Amino acid sequence: MKHLNIEQKRPRIAVFDFTGCEGCQLQLANKEETLGAFLDAIEVVRFREVSSAEGDDYEVALIDGAISRADEVERLKAIRGQAKMLVAMGSCACFGGVNKLKNAYDLDEANREVYGDCPKETMPTMAVKDVVPVDLEVPGCPVSKDEMERVVQHLVWDLPLPSYAYPVCLECKQRYTVCRFDLGELCLGPITRAGCGAPCPAGGLGCWGCRGPAESPNYDEFFALAKEKGFTEDEIKDRLGFFGGFEDVP
Amino acid sequence: MTSSGKTTKKINLNVDVHHLTRVEGHGNIKVHVTDGKLTEARWDVVETPRFFEVMLKGKHYTTAGILTARICGICSIGHCLASVRATENAFGITIPETAAKLRLLAKHGETLQSHTLHLFFLAAPDFLGLTSAIPLKDLNPEVFGVAARLKGLANRLCDVVAGRTTHPVSIQVGGMAKMPDQYALQELKAQCERAVDDLAATVEFFRTLEIPDFQRETEFVSLKGERDYPFIGGRLLSTDGVERPESDYRAMTNEYVTESNTSKWCKLSRESLAVGALARLNNNYHRLHPKARAAAVQFDLAPVCYNPFMNNIAQLVECVHVVHDSMRIIDELVDLREPETMAPVSPRAGQGIAAVEAPRGILYHDYEYNDQGRIVRANCVIPTTQNNANIHYDMAALVKQFAVDGMTDEKLELLCSMLVRAYDPCISCSVH
Repeated sequence: MKHLNIEQKRPRIAVFDFTGCEGCQLQLANKEETLGAFLDAIEVVRFREVSSAEGDDYEVALIDGAISRADEVERLKAIRGQAKMLVAMGSCACFGGVNKLKNAYDLDEANREVYGDCPKETMPTMAVKDVVPVDLEVPGCPVSKDEMERVVQHLVWDLPLPSYAYPVCLECKQRYTVCRFDLGELCLGPITRAGCGAPCPAGGLGCWGCRGPAESPNYDEFFALAKEKGFTEDEIKDRLGFFGGFEDVP
Repeated sequence: MTSSGKTTKKINLNVDVHHLTRVEGHGNIKVHVTDGKLTEARWDVVETPRFFEVMLKGKHYTTAGILTARICGICSIGHCLASVRATENAFGITIPETAAKLRLLAKHGETLQSHTLHLFFLAAPDFLGLTSAIPLKDLNPEVFGVAARLKGLANRLCDVVAGRTTHPVSIQVGGMAKMPDQYALQELKAQCERAVDDLAATVEFFRTLEIPDFQRETEFVSLKGERDYPFIGGRLLSTDGVERPESDYRAMTNEYVTESNTSKWCKLSRESLAVGALARLNNNYHRLHPKARAAAVQFDLAPVCYNPFMNNIAQLVECVHVVHDSMRIIDELVDLREPETMAPVSPRAGQGIAAVEAPRGILYHDYEYNDQGRIVRANCVIPTTQNNANIHYDMAALVKQFAVDGMTDEKLELLCSMLVRAYDPCISCSVH
């Protein structure tokens, strides 16, 4: 198919869901003003949440959710075997997400607390990359539809993939949001990868770091700043551990 | 053929659906009819458990709403609202009136978003013989446009009021962290006014679809509206006449664990109960906006309706209600000057329980706090958890009614799938 005399590909895309809230795949149906063009640019081969079509001839697999049961490991490996490109979509797929918080507890005890004497199969939560190689990570809780559009533009026209080296702080400045630190709140904006448009600080909530670290974050300065503002080590650690993206913090 | 004209041919039917499509989360359907006799009809939830109640233990009150929003990607506002209200009830906080109005407006945005997603993208394709709503873009661009505009309005409402469509940021313990910009509110009002025609077109469109004729007497549970159609807090009511305060939610749910489901099941006066749009409408029909009642009349939908497929229509009626009610709320909000949206918060030890009507039905969060403002015990009872047993028992009755001469495996699979979809289950939510 040609558009403006440029040959464009129509990638065959499948969406798969594992452990999570399925909110990231739902974002694909958002941004209604460009939804028609978005759907025209791709071929949706399989997308269980919105379609009964069950094609297996996909090239690109978008993975929503983390991995937390043996059958999920097998299902994911089979998808990796078919997909030319595998995209971890959202913080659960990229880092394990909030699901990973359960790993801090004894899972047998957790099972007893929720299910009594009828325990259900489970295992420690893993990110997608802990199970199979990942070609592209698009973090966020939820993922941003703008960023997913740019992934599709890359697949269709070979446009460069979005890359956000800078932190969320910059996007707050761009939209004139008052610094949450100045309002006496903890915020991971100085070290978190931008690209979300900084909706949380603008909506009255310091950044929780759902997109993981920006490129070469200055952790020393950040810790010094947070401590200077009166936040304890535990508070900062709790925040960094929330979405699982800051596991490599020194 | 016998002399009475009835068939004596024995019917055999098999339906085996692994990971049903066009629903949120993972569930399976199994039906067997052998020699005209129903031998099995099952709805099983196989979603992976996430153990949110365990993850909440030890969490600070400022974290609970942010964490529990992640229970669900569709009804994150409902979860966040139930969470912060449970905390506010534990701490004895009354939020400012403006914050209450904003919360209801955000809730309306979520109800409209979730219902339009379900009606057009998840439910409608079955009635049109399509695998998804994507072909509608070319087959019926008018209807696709209506769906996209209504969903767009819904997302805009959530963005402006709650700070983001999925996983809200402004709904916090004590009230709302932000008063939306007056111009954004005015623009939303104008968008609501334009949506009235789209709602009329939606009613027309759904009138052309054939709703299966099936009934099973069911106990419907929802909030009880005192003055308004209820969404946030209040007494609990069932169509079998059980009425309890919000704090007595355990008596209304009676959760229990089954072997084959990762979701729990619930019951009240019967072996199962139902929640959701139809339950709300059955219990609160006369509190609907007059325009919404007029829409209900067009489908002969009046209480008590026992056809679960009519939950689709009840959702449509609620779409009309929330758009008209949103215009009223915006009018009240733009008249306010320098409104306060946050109450002071001081943690204290104790228990807090809150009920909220999420799009798929009544949702409960129940937390116990220590004096440091950290959670020591948490329990969340999800709408779809309350519906799963009812879907299961509906399935047997549905198969018994439709397993007659001429029925095929394919037709029965579609019918059973449509039954599950009519409940708009939020399966990963129900397991949490």
